[in-house]
Amino acid sequence: MSNIAITDAGPSTAAKPLLTRLGAGFVSRLVIIVPYLWLLFFFFIPFIIVFKISLSQSAIAMPPYTPVLDFTDGISGFFAGFRELSFDNYVWLTQDALYFKAYVTSVIIAAVSTILTLLVGFPIAYGMARAPATIRPTLLMLVILPFWTSFLIRVYAWIGILKPEGLLNQLLLSLHIINQPLIILNTYTAIFIGIVYSYLPFMVLPLYSSLEKMDYSLIEAAKDLGCPPTAAFWKITFPLSLPGVIAGCLLVFIPAVGEFVIPDLLGGSQTLMIGKTLWNEFFANRDWPVSSAVAVILLLLLIVPIMLFQQAQARAQEQDK
Amino acid sequence: MKSLGSIRRDFAPWNDPNAKPYIQFENVTKKFGEFTAVNNLSLTIFEREFFALLGASGCGKSTLLRMLAGFEEPTAGRILLDGQDLRGIPPYRRPVNMMFQSYALFPHMSVEKNIAFGLKQEGMPAPDIEKRVAEMLKLVKLEQFAKRKPHQLSGGQRQRVALARSVAKRPKVLLLDEPLGALDKKLREETQFELMDLQQNLGLTFVVVTHDQEEAMTMADRIAIIDKGEVMQVATPAEVYEAPSSRFVAHFVGNVNMFEGKVAERAANTTRITGTTGAQIVVENSTDSKAGSDIVFAIRPEKIKVTSKKPADAVNALEGEVYDVAYLGDMTVYHIRLDDGQIIRASALNAARVTEDPLTWNDRAWVSFRPDAGVVLTR
Amino acid sequence: MNATWSRFNVTSVVLGFAFLYLPIVLLVVFSFNESKLVTVWGGFSTKWYVSLFHNQGLMDATWVTARVGVISATVATVLGTLAALTLTRYTRFRGRILFSGMVFAPLVMPEVITGLSLLLLFVAVGLDRGFLTVTLAHITLTMCFVAVVVQSRLVSFDRSLEEAAMDLGATPVKTFFQITLPVIMPAIVSGWMLAFTLSLDDLVIASFTSGPGATTLPMKIYSQVRLGVTPEINAACTILIAVVAVGVIIASVANKRREVQRQLDEQAAQRG
Repeated sequence: MSNIAITDAGPSTAAKPLLTRLGAGFVSRLVIIVPYLWLLFFFFIPFIIVFKISLSQSAIAMPPYTPVLDFTDGISGFFAGFRELSFDNYVWLTQDALYFKAYVTSVIIAAVSTILTLLVGFPIAYGMARAPATIRPTLLMLVILPFWTSFLIRVYAWIGILKPEGLLNQLLLSLHIINQPLIILNTYTAIFIGIVYSYLPFMVLPLYSSLEKMDYSLIEAAKDLGCPPTAAFWKITFPLSLPGVIAGCLLVFIPAVGEFVIPDLLGGSQTLMIGKTLWNEFFANRDWPVSSAVAVILLLLLIVPIMLFQQAQARAQEQDK
Repeated sequence: MKSLGSIRRDFAPWNDPNAKPYIQFENVTKKFGEFTAVNNLSLTIFEREFFALLGASGCGKSTLLRMLAGFEEPTAGRILLDGQDLRGIPPYRRPVNMMFQSYALFPHMSVEKNIAFGLKQEGMPAPDIEKRVAEMLKLVKLEQFAKRKPHQLSGGQRQRVALARSVAKRPKVLLLDEPLGALDKKLREETQFELMDLQQNLGLTFVVVTHDQEEAMTMADRIAIIDKGEVMQVATPAEVYEAPSSRFVAHFVGNVNMFEGKVAERAANTTRITGTTGAQIVVENSTDSKAGSDIVFAIRPEKIKVTSKKPADAVNALEGEVYDVAYLGDMTVYHIRLDDGQIIRASALNAARVTEDPLTWNDRAWVSFRPDAGVVLTR
Repeated sequence: MNATWSRFNVTSVVLGFAFLYLPIVLLVVFSFNESKLVTVWGGFSTKWYVSLFHNQGLMDATWVTARVGVISATVATVLGTLAALTLTRYTRFRGRILFSGMVFAPLVMPEVITGLSLLLLFVAVGLDRGFLTVTLAHITLTMCFVAVVVQSRLVSFDRSLEEAAMDLGATPVKTFFQITLPVIMPAIVSGWMLAFTLSLDDLVIASFTSGPGATTLPMKIYSQVRLGVTPEINAACTILIAVVAVGVIIASVANKRREVQRQLDEQAAQRG
């Protein structure tokens, strides 16, 4: 047995493995670099711009803020612009009670809706997880399906139901449960209904996946050891479903705080939420610096829940491995 | 045509000082962060050998195999294949192929596509590929399953596809990672012999990783016992069993009784040992331990005789009580508690249908053995 | 029947699904209403569908949305798959924490923030708002969803398949295209579908980043909804729902059939 052919051709290709390795290294670096740069440019840098503009002043121009901070006046112009930046917008936000109220209301509405969604979603997820294994995939698809239909359409559908001459009032009036139409549309109640309805799949799916993984014999073991069903639920089922509860709550709470479509379509002009405020500031008042400042504070408000969400994601990923 | 047995009996390049080693691990160390998977290990494997790496899970045997395949690079030391250093050569350029524990059959390809995969990478012309695939399918008796996808096969069939795929390229060395681990017991026993035939017929070098000692003993020419990243012993199955080099090996392969004690007296051919519990036994010399030094005598259960009366001519006879009896059909296993408290395991082949001397629980009994029935261990 | 599938469980699932589906069903029903009053039944009619197809603005918006959806979903699928590979395969590189943050944050980030920040970026780099900017914005948002879908498949991917391919002589690049990609393809396809529907669905980010001539369907619907509920919008919504529902149902039925076939095959293989 003489020398074995390790490279498929002759000795001239001795350098080939090295080159291929370089090639593979380059390709693998591209795999990282392309999405990294994309997100850096389209997700990360925009936040820096938002922050920068939040420190600028509103102006009647295009773009409608000053200083613009570019290099048309050279480096010195750039730095001169820097000195014009100020926290005036933030000061203004704190002085106007409207913004403070909008933030607080948004957080409260989001928190209450999250709890309501959990209360509605848990029995559904639990029922699905206990369903016969053969129909579980169908149930799962039925939960996901509304998620695939337009958010806007689903919110819109509720207008027809909730308005004073809407279907709900027609039903209740014809059943003589009420004499006067209920005013639900354009109130906070409508916002709660809208959020619970729209975000329900986000709650049910993580709950279901943690409940479904749970071994039902654990409950049987608890009962066998003398634990009544209610206690078994609180001592076994609920703690084990906690990762799903946390993931679901964060998935509902975080976007709900900044929600725009629901308060706009169902909440009417009387309700106050920060997403709507930002929208109005931007589209109606055309005040870009103030809307940027609103966005920065909203982001600061959400940074802790977002980080919690990421940790939960990372942990779930670890468990899958 | 020589029989398989006689070929195997004559095959012993490890005893030939002129034989050229084929695979060499030279002081190989592999660390994963802080964890040392393989520790300064050296090993030599010869051409056409059926070599088994035997050890408990996590002992580093799979890492050895993966380093040979090129999925891991040694942290230190080198691996040679037919004299050539493998360092830096990626897996896709090494003339070794591997059969994976999970089989790793490509789920989106049919059986024949799976087998042809490696040949296509080689750039083999299509008609040749077709011929080789047909040959491989015949070899593993899966001709009528060529068009099936892996999920349409039973476990045993999948195992054979994996085997066919890994030998299709005629590798110099075939690496098998727990090749029979996923099969049930009966199928595993049949397949062991098929693998041995295949290795002989193709004239390949096989390196198999297993945690199943019976599998290693049945198939391998030599076995390397690995523990904590180090080689404990490399020897033929018989040597490993009859002459283990350490307590670890003696314990790891088969059952064993250990008499711990000190050398009491050394004669020309025999050594008298005083056990830690007081019993005196005489064993054949195999080490040059001096009087007073610690020593262990290891003896296999089947080499111990159990009788109800003291055997007249026995050199070593110790008295005790039957503590446990397990009737296994082909043999009976006795646990005897000696009067000094040590428990001895002894097994007796049930050659006759009815034993004339049926010992049972709490009976007085004698265990006896010859001085050369076990080995003296110092490690 | 499973003993643990109690009456309480059945009731909660049925009520839950009624809550999820009733509004959609009502919306669909009233799209066939003869009366202009959306909530009063005036007999069956398809006239709103007819008038819908004569609404040039709506038709234009549909065309824009479809193009934005297809382009952004396709690019997002490529980028998202790369991001998923990065997340699962490269556990150690500089800036990994920032990277995973940038992948997961858009999933929950309020759309108003994402929309505003993207708009300000486009203004800063002097890119005119229009078709291109909406598409870029949608790629950024949806690639993260694709990344999550593909990543969850990659986590359970048996790496020994790739090792086997390399062991048989395939280079890493060949291994990726011949083994990894085909095996994770179902996840990539559902990632694309998710990206497409998200793009189809998006109002807020599109409103911020779109410009003249690039009004998307949700933007169009939104501006009409603000003027009041009309049966025509109901009809438009019904068509959108139908398109998505048919797509999803076909996909899942096909999936289910494949799975059943697979199980039958496996059982047959065990017997034979």
